[in-house]
Amino acid sequence: MIGLQLAYWQETILRIVIGLAALLGLTGAVVYLYLFKFVSFMQSRLGPMEAGPYGSLQLLAEVGKWLQKEDVFTERADRFVFAASPFVVILSTFMLFVVVPGGPGDEVAHMSNSLLYALAISAISVLGILMAGWSSANKYALLGGLRAAGQLVAYELPMILAVVGVVIQAGTLNLQEIVAAQSSGGIFGWGGIGNPYILTQFVGFIVFLIAMQAELTQTPFDMPVAESELVAGYMVEYTGIRFLVYFIAEFATAVGFSAIAATLFLGGWGLPESWGIGRGAMHVIGPLVVIVKAVLLTGVVFWVRFTFPRFREDQLQRLAWKFLIPISLANIVVTAVLKVVF
Amino acid sequence: MIAALLGADSFTGAVPTNIAFAIVAAMMIFAAIRVVTTRNVVHAALYLVLVLGGVGINFLLLQAEFVAITQFLVYVGAIVVLFLFGIMLTKAPLGVSDDLDNRKQRPIAAIVGLLMLAVLSFALIKTWTDQKVPFRLSAATNTTELSDSIFSTYLIPFEVVSVLLLAALIGAIVLARKD
Repeated sequence: MIGLQLAYWQETILRIVIGLAALLGLTGAVVYLYLFKFVSFMQSRLGPMEAGPYGSLQLLAEVGKWLQKEDVFTERADRFVFAASPFVVILSTFMLFVVVPGGPGDEVAHMSNSLLYALAISAISVLGILMAGWSSANKYALLGGLRAAGQLVAYELPMILAVVGVVIQAGTLNLQEIVAAQSSGGIFGWGGIGNPYILTQFVGFIVFLIAMQAELTQTPFDMPVAESELVAGYMVEYTGIRFLVYFIAEFATAVGFSAIAATLFLGGWGLPESWGIGRGAMHVIGPLVVIVKAVLLTGVVFWVRFTFPRFREDQLQRLAWKFLIPISLANIVVTAVLKVVF
Repeated sequence: MIAALLGADSFTGAVPTNIAFAIVAAMMIFAAIRVVTTRNVVHAALYLVLVLGGVGINFLLLQAEFVAITQFLVYVGAIVVLFLFGIMLTKAPLGVSDDLDNRKQRPIAAIVGLLMLAVLSFALIKTWTDQKVPFRLSAATNTTELSDSIFSTYLIPFEVVSVLLLAALIGAIVLARKD
């Protein structure tokens, strides 16, 4: 692009650095925007104001605090599994981030089935949560881990099924090609805004958002960490840097899933092809577009989180198995029929 | 040589793949031995993750991307999670369980293992004696090929497996229902 030749290992290191920067930067932005400020304004207070202008450096102060804390292990804990589990979760999050496309041909890791990969790799975090729940040697943690596993496995189904509608319509499992299909598509021949799949796959979009909320274990689906029942669920014994890693993973996964949703349903980095913006400019505009969409969708996640009360465990399972899955199956059938008809 | 490998400006061929395969295979063998020798039932399940994940990585090295992703989704993301879920729902023993190792059955296990090795090696050698599989550099068309062969050449086995899974599903419901 700019005549820069890099060796394979240099390129790999550069890609990893970009991926980590995107993960940490977006997580910090989202935590400040929503967890510190958005919720404060919703509750008629100011939120953190002391560190930096409008409290914008509060997060750095918090990170400093966590890094100084003692790394506590419970006496009967399985030390290795306990220590490793936050890193399993953050690894799964990082590997979700790397396939989100940010421009024409711009992605940290190229995968030809990147959508399927994203759904598969995000499922690995269940493993880390179960490891944490078991190895803490704490009943609250074990119950939280079991609740999380049951919930995450149950909501993976509607999530994957909701995506199938998009896959049928775009005819590909590649996120880049899904973006291209939305950007070059048209609504009954009118290509003014492309064809973002939120219009044709609105049912899939809603199901995806609900399943996403549950996968992120955010309220109203936060039984795994329900503070009034389980103290903090699987995270109850974690302190210091390991808690920090869990904290980053929680918000980074929210941004990651939102970016996937933005790519699938809102057109991703693409702007409508009829606007005639050149490929070179899209390398710069594309990442900004997808970041704005992802951060706005994360805002929806937190809006719901701070607005609704928690579900009961049986209501949660009923919603997944008796409501979301049948709806998304019906959506697949309708989409497939319409695809054949048109 | 390592410098030459790292300096290659793109993924060019079989040598780095073979080295990566050797590393992953060594890890898988270690983990597989630990699955059966560890005295901690949760550790056994976690070592199983390493083995199954290693299989997934090997599929990736062979440019079989779809199969690799499915391996992760089904085995790591679902089957081992359900193993762990079952273990933790029933006992969740922390530390060593002494009744995990069954010494009496070791000879039988060894015989079964050797028989398995013999059958698999025979099948592989018999099938591929003179043939060489070309090294694939791109995974681009793989998924299409795979789905084409599943839904045309192997349609009947695919349908049979579906019916089998349906039967297992109904069987599980029948067993689990109290009335």
